[in-house]
Amino acid sequence: MTASQKKKTAEAQQSEPVEEKWMLRLYVAGQTPKSITAFTNLKKICEEHLAGRYQIEVVDLLINPKLAKDDQILALPTLVRKLPEPIKKIIGDLSNTERVLVGLDVRPIS
Amino acid sequence: MAKSGKKARAVDHTLRKAPTGIKGLDEITGGGLPQGRPTLVCGGTGCGKTLLSMEFLVRGALQFDEPGVFMSFEEKSEDLAKNFASLGFDLDDLAARDKLTLDYVHIDKSEIEETGEYDLEGLFIRLGLAIDSIGAKRVVLDTIEALFSGLSNENILRAELRRLFTFLKDKGVTAIVTGEQGERTLTRYGLEEYVADCVIFLNHSITQQIATRRMRIIKYRGSYHGTNEYPFLIDEQGFSVMPISSLGLDHPASTERISSGVSRLDTMLGGKGFYRGSSILVSGTAGTGKSSLAAHFADAACRRGERCLYFAFEESQNQIVRNMRSIGIDLEQWVHKGLLIFLNNRPTLYGLEMHLVTMHKAIESHMPAVVVIDPISNLVAAASEAEVKSMLSRLIDYLKTKQITAFCTDLTTAGGGLEKTEVGISSLVDSWLLLQNIEASGERNRGLYILKSRGMDHSNQIREFILSDNGIQLRDVYIGPGGVLTGSSRLSQEARDRAEVFEHKQAIERKYREVEQKKVVVDAQIAALQAQYQAEKEELEMIIARENERDEASAAGNLALARSRKADEFTTRPETIGKTGKGGRK
Repeated sequence: MTASQKKKTAEAQQSEPVEEKWMLRLYVAGQTPKSITAFTNLKKICEEHLAGRYQIEVVDLLINPKLAKDDQILALPTLVRKLPEPIKKIIGDLSNTERVLVGLDVRPIS
Repeated sequence: MAKSGKKARAVDHTLRKAPTGIKGLDEITGGGLPQGRPTLVCGGTGCGKTLLSMEFLVRGALQFDEPGVFMSFEEKSEDLAKNFASLGFDLDDLAARDKLTLDYVHIDKSEIEETGEYDLEGLFIRLGLAIDSIGAKRVVLDTIEALFSGLSNENILRAELRRLFTFLKDKGVTAIVTGEQGERTLTRYGLEEYVADCVIFLNHSITQQIATRRMRIIKYRGSYHGTNEYPFLIDEQGFSVMPISSLGLDHPASTERISSGVSRLDTMLGGKGFYRGSSILVSGTAGTGKSSLAAHFADAACRRGERCLYFAFEESQNQIVRNMRSIGIDLEQWVHKGLLIFLNNRPTLYGLEMHLVTMHKAIESHMPAVVVIDPISNLVAAASEAEVKSMLSRLIDYLKTKQITAFCTDLTTAGGGLEKTEVGISSLVDSWLLLQNIEASGERNRGLYILKSRGMDHSNQIREFILSDNGIQLRDVYIGPGGVLTGSSRLSQEARDRAEVFEHKQAIERKYREVEQKKVVVDAQIAALQAQYQAEKEELEMIIARENERDEASAAGNLALARSRKADEFTTRPETIGKTGKGGRK
């Protein structure tokens, strides 16, 4: 990594809270209790930690089964952080907030 | 309606099976894998699990019109396509024709964070879609255990696996699930507890640096199956299993006789040669002409227009062709005509079972009438004696059921008992020829015996075995008061014999001439005696005649005198004399 790149990264990190947009995608299969729990939990975490900087897209694989293969989805529900890169995957009903924050790489506001 | 009817029939009858199309596997499973049920294929790394399952799909798609889904948890679809292209499987083409769907499931623990409850519905949806989109009848999951290393909640996984197998059964697909061998268990994560119908175990073991692949069917619910460990082979044509150990002793016995290629040897074998479909063993020490005898046999088969498969474990094809040309056998012409096929392999190239499988495959594809194995003793280099014996007995059994005549040569080590084969298969063979070096008066000569030849009258005599420019010639050995003579001593003895005979003949002729001469002498003597007799006889007759004349004259004189004296007539006297003359002549 060159010096200029390093600088850029540092700048990006600094300006992160202002500029960065969180694009999250939640894969579910129908309205199961697990998927509803997951969505509720996700909404809550995002509101707490990423207010105004996030966007949630819910993908129902029962409607779009092809996406399961294309996006390498195995377990449900799966939360995918499309942005910022790199892509991260969190599976489960997101009931463990700590782990979701670690998975999303969001530092909780202390 | 039709579906339920089908199901009812399946319950009524025995288990329905999905043929794999893999050589040998269908035989040991009695027709294939259980249809509509999952089968577990397990074994260590590199034992051929992926290959077996992929071939199951490809053959299913090509031969049985059953499309398949291959869900890989380890290899990417592109890599799979590349790997299988080398085996002649065009996966891309099959995928384009909707005969096969490849799905690579990527799991990486480092990329996944687990937060609470989840299930594997995503996997089910993927699999369901793949099956439905091409109407798949066969599914492979290779290897589903990757889930265990990718996801940490084992409780969920186990529950989901159970659900997965139910799902597969409900879909009615014939599935193969592969599993890596565990330390003490069949599979590392105990997959066997979910798959209850059929478990196949693959093994890749190495003994004395030589690898052998074996397969065993551990369980097959509701079906008969072979229980042994069967060797199998992976080569450019894919997977092949050999069910040979299941052979019995019920092979046909032909009464047809075939020539050994050496007419004198045929004479020794009841005048007709070997039985077709019998096994022949030629044993002898180094340089006794075993290969030459084998070449004669092969040549004779090709002359009859039969196909011959020649397994050579010591020499290359070119070397054999060159060497045999020196004794006047042109094997090359048969190679060109496609009647003679050489398979040259070093015994140590691979394990014994592999040799057997290779031979088996070659025999299946070439369908020869005769097979030459030169020599069998070299196989010992690849395994222990007991293994070689078991392998050869299986091979011989196999050849017999196919009515293929087997001609094996066996190198016996000098110093050991001659009437003992290196690999102890003498009891298995039907005809056993022994070639032996006879050492006498500073030279080695070859001798040939027939130790045994089942079911025919055969010569018990030793023959001298000569390799000439015109091939093998058998000569009677000289058996005289000085013992058995061969080689130059036989020649000189024969020359002596010839001289003796000549002398004898001359003596007889001489005697004959003497007798002839004697006869001439006797004849001459007889003639002389006869002449003498004739002369005497003539003299006698003359005397008698003269006497008669004199008598007549005197009688006439008397008569005249009597007439003149007027005496009585009498005539008796001259008649008496005439009678006496007649008797003397007789």
